[in-house]
Amino acid sequence: MELPAKGLFIVLASVASLGILGLDGYPVLVEVDVSNGLPAFDLVGLPSAAVRESRERVRSAIRNSGFDFPLQRITVNLAPADLRKDGPAYDLPIALGILAATGQIPVDRLAASFWTGELSLDGRIRGISGALAMAETVKKEAVRTNCSLSLVVPLENAEEAALIDGIKVFGARNLTEVVAALRDDLPLTRFNSSWSERLQEYLKNNKTAGVNFEQVKGQESTKRALEIAAAGSHNLLLIGPPGAGKTMLIRCFPTILPSVTFDESLEITRIYSVAGLLPQGQPVIFERPFRSPHHTCTAVTLVGGGRIPRPGEVSLAQRGVLFLDELLEFNREVLEALRQPLEDGQITVSRLNTTLTFPCRFILVASMNPCPCGYYGDNLHECVCTPQQIKRYRQRLSGPLLDRFDIQVEVPRLTFDELATEAKGESSVIIRQRVEEARSRQRERLARRGLTNNAEMGSQELEEFCCLDSEGKNLLQMAFAQLGLSARAYNRILRLARTIADLAGASDIMASHVAEAIQYRVLDRPILE
Amino acid sequence: MYKKAYWIGLTRVNGLGPKRFQLLLKKFGDPETVWKAGENSLAEVLGAHSPVLKNLLECRDSLDLTKEITMLERNEVRVLTLADPEYPVRLLNIHDPPPVLYLRGSLPGPDAKTMAVVGSRRATPYGKAVAEQLGYDLTVNGFVVVSGLARGIDTCAHRGALKAKGPTIAVLGCGVDIVYPRENKGIFQEIIENGAIISEFPLGTPPEARNFPARNRIISGLSLGVVVVEAAEDGGALITADFALEQGRDVFAVPGPITSRYSRGTNRLIKEGARLIEGVADIIEEYPLVGGCLPSKPTEQLSWPVEEPLTNRIALSEEERVLVELLSLDPVAVDHLIAVSGLTASRVNSILMFLEKKGLVRQLPGRRYIRAGKISF
Repeated sequence: MELPAKGLFIVLASVASLGILGLDGYPVLVEVDVSNGLPAFDLVGLPSAAVRESRERVRSAIRNSGFDFPLQRITVNLAPADLRKDGPAYDLPIALGILAATGQIPVDRLAASFWTGELSLDGRIRGISGALAMAETVKKEAVRTNCSLSLVVPLENAEEAALIDGIKVFGARNLTEVVAALRDDLPLTRFNSSWSERLQEYLKNNKTAGVNFEQVKGQESTKRALEIAAAGSHNLLLIGPPGAGKTMLIRCFPTILPSVTFDESLEITRIYSVAGLLPQGQPVIFERPFRSPHHTCTAVTLVGGGRIPRPGEVSLAQRGVLFLDELLEFNREVLEALRQPLEDGQITVSRLNTTLTFPCRFILVASMNPCPCGYYGDNLHECVCTPQQIKRYRQRLSGPLLDRFDIQVEVPRLTFDELATEAKGESSVIIRQRVEEARSRQRERLARRGLTNNAEMGSQELEEFCCLDSEGKNLLQMAFAQLGLSARAYNRILRLARTIADLAGASDIMASHVAEAIQYRVLDRPILE
Repeated sequence: MYKKAYWIGLTRVNGLGPKRFQLLLKKFGDPETVWKAGENSLAEVLGAHSPVLKNLLECRDSLDLTKEITMLERNEVRVLTLADPEYPVRLLNIHDPPPVLYLRGSLPGPDAKTMAVVGSRRATPYGKAVAEQLGYDLTVNGFVVVSGLARGIDTCAHRGALKAKGPTIAVLGCGVDIVYPRENKGIFQEIIENGAIISEFPLGTPPEARNFPARNRIISGLSLGVVVVEAAEDGGALITADFALEQGRDVFAVPGPITSRYSRGTNRLIKEGARLIEGVADIIEEYPLVGGCLPSKPTEQLSWPVEEPLTNRIALSEEERVLVELLSLDPVAVDHLIAVSGLTASRVNSILMFLEKKGLVRQLPGRRYIRAGKISF
C-alpha cells in the first residue's frame, strides 16, 4: 500500500457526541473518514442546514487554530442516520474526528468521553443548548455500560451539565485547549457544582427581586384570591375593566408561589436549556417561570410543535405560571388546544417521524374584560353593553375551558381615594409562608394518592377529603337555588373550600370556607341587567 | 274578527297616523268604506298628491286581509278597535287615541285603577329597587301597573307587579309578536298569562326609535297617573310625563340624590310641580274614590330597607352586623368593606355570602354590594 503524501496514515475516527430529541438527549456517533480523492467534505446522517454549515466552521476553526485541514475526501456520518440532527453542537466532535483521522491527535484518547460544542471560525468554543439533558443521557449511558464516562461541553455550559452527578464534566474554551488536553499537555477544567450552594449564591444576589405585593395598594379581595390560587395551585381568571391593575397583580403572583425544589429546578432548567432560553450567566433556574405569550400566538407556539418539535409556552411555564392576558382575544382554537395539557400535565406532539411528550404542569392565570366595552360593573364608567352582548362575549370562552378555572374573580377599578392611601399591603414573604404551610398540608394528605395539591384532586379524592357538614351543604344548596349558580361549579367550590380550609389550618371544611369559596365563582352567576 | 279586517288593513298603511285615521273615519263612517272608497274622495281628505294616499292605494291592492287575520289568530293576538266596547275608556279620552290596539293576554276592566310606572333604561340600583317595590306595593293595593317593558325601571316595575301576583299592562313600541329587549322573554310570557301586552303597531313592526314617543302617549293615556322613578335630563320618561300633563293625568316623581344624573329629570319634575312621592301611600292618598271603593287603609306601606331595621328581625353575628351597617342602596366595593370594617378579606367574603343567603345583601357586577330590598330576590 502506498503511503499518502505528507506521510500520514489514513484512519477512520469515531467521536461520541449527543443529540436532542424533544427534551431528551440521545448518543450520536460522529464517524469521520478521510480518504484519497478529489478534496471534498460530505456530511451524511440527516443533518439539518445548521449542521451542514458546520463544514465551513470546522474547516476555518481547524486552520485558524494552527492545525492542518486535509485536502482530501472527507466523509462524516452522524449515526444513527435515521434521526434528524439539528444545531451546531456537532462542530467540535467533527473537528476532533478530522484531527484524529489525520493523525493530529491520538484516536484512542477520544474514547470514554462525549464531546459537544459549537466552533467559531477562530477556534473558540461557543455554548450550546440542551447541556443538562445531554449530561443526563451520559449518566444513563454510564449506568447502562457500567463504566466511568466524561462529558466535554463548552465552558459556559459546564456549570449546568455538572448539576448531574456520577459523570465527569469538563468545560472547554477553544479547540487548541482541547487538542492540548488530548495530547496530554494541559488538562481541561473539571466542574463540580452543588445545587444548594448555587441557590444560596443566587438568593444573595437577587434579594430585591422585582415587584412585591407590599407595593400593590388596595385590592385586598383579589390578593386573597391569588393567595388561594397559589396555595392550591388553582387556575385563576381575573375579570375587570381596563386599568383595574389585573396585570400588575398577576406579575406579583410568582412571588407568593412556594420556592422551587431541586427536582423542579432541574426540570425547568432542562426545558429552558433545550429551548436555548437560559439567561446569560445563569446556568440554573431557581425561580418559577412566568410566561405571558401575546394573544396573537398560534396553537403551536402555545403547546409546542414544529417540524423539529420544540417545547411551547405551556412547557416553558413548567412549575410556574402561564399568563394569558386578554384571554378572549386569543384565537378560539388556540385556547381549545390548552385543554389537554391542562388536564394531563403533559402535551404529546406528533409529527411525521416522531411523537414527543413535553411536561407542562403550570398554573394558568388569565385576565379578561367583563364585557365588550369593558365597563360592566364599573362604578365610574358606564357600560353600554346589553345583557345579550355580554352573554355572547363570554360565550367566546368554551364551557370546558371555563371549567378549568377554579377561581374566577372580578377586579374592580380603584377609586382615587383608595390609590392615595398610605396603607401598605402584606408583603409577599408573609403570604408565601402561609402558602407553603397550606401546600405541605396538602402534600401530607394527598401523598398516598400520588398527588401534590388540591387542584389535582379527582372525584374520588373530593369525596374522601371534601366532606361538608350540614351547614355547609345547606349553604351550597342555597347558592345553587337562590343565586342561580350553574351545576358545574359544584366540584370547583369543594376544591376551593378545601384549599381555604388548608390556609386556615383547619382539618375539616367549615361553612365559612364554603361561603368564601362561592365568592370566587363569579362567572357561574347569572348576568344581571 | 273579519269585521275588523279593514281596521287592520288601514294600520298597515305607511304614514297613516291616528289623526288622519280619525279624519277618514269622520268622512266615510267606517274603515270598510274607506278601504273601498274611490281615489278622488280619498284625495279630498288626504290631499291629491300626498304620499299617504299613494301608500293607501298601493296597500289596499297588495295586502291580503285574510292572511293578516290568520296571522293574528295564529299568534293569539286580539284586536281592539275604537268601535269596540272593550276598548279602554281612558284611552278614548285622549286626543289621538290609537285606532287599533293589538292585544295579547287580557286587559283589566274599565274600573281598574291603572298607574304608570316609568323611568330610565339605564337605572341605578336605587331606581331599580324603588321601581320593583312600587310595582309590588301598587299591585298589593289594588292598582294595575302600566309600563313599557323597556330595560331598567320599566322591567323592574313589571317584575314587582308580577311578584305581587297582580295583572300588569305592558305597552310596546313594536309589534306584539316581537320581544324587545330580548332578555325580557321570560317576563313577556308571564305578562301575557297575567295581564296584557298591547301595541298600536301591526305585527312584525320593529322597535324603531320613532315608535317610542307614540307608545308613551298610550302608557299615560291608559293610566290615572304616571310615576317617574328615575329619568335623566333628556330621558324618554319625561316625554311620558309631558303626555300625562297634556292628557290631564297626575304626575308623580320619586326624588333622588342631586348628584345622580338619573335623578335630574325627576327632581326637575318635582320643582315644576309634580307630586313628590316617598311611597305607595302618597299615591293612594290621591285616589280615595276611584274604582268605586275607598281603600280603608293602605294594606301595605312602603318601607325601604334603609329605614326599617330589618336586621332586628334576623339574628346576626357581630361581624355580620358590622358589614350590614356599612351597606345601603348605594353600591359599595368589597375592598372598601375590607378597608373600613378592619376584617380580613377572607372573613368579609365569607360573611357577605352568609348575608346574601339571608337575603340581606345583593352582589352586583364588579364585586359591589347593596342592601337587598324588602322583597326577597
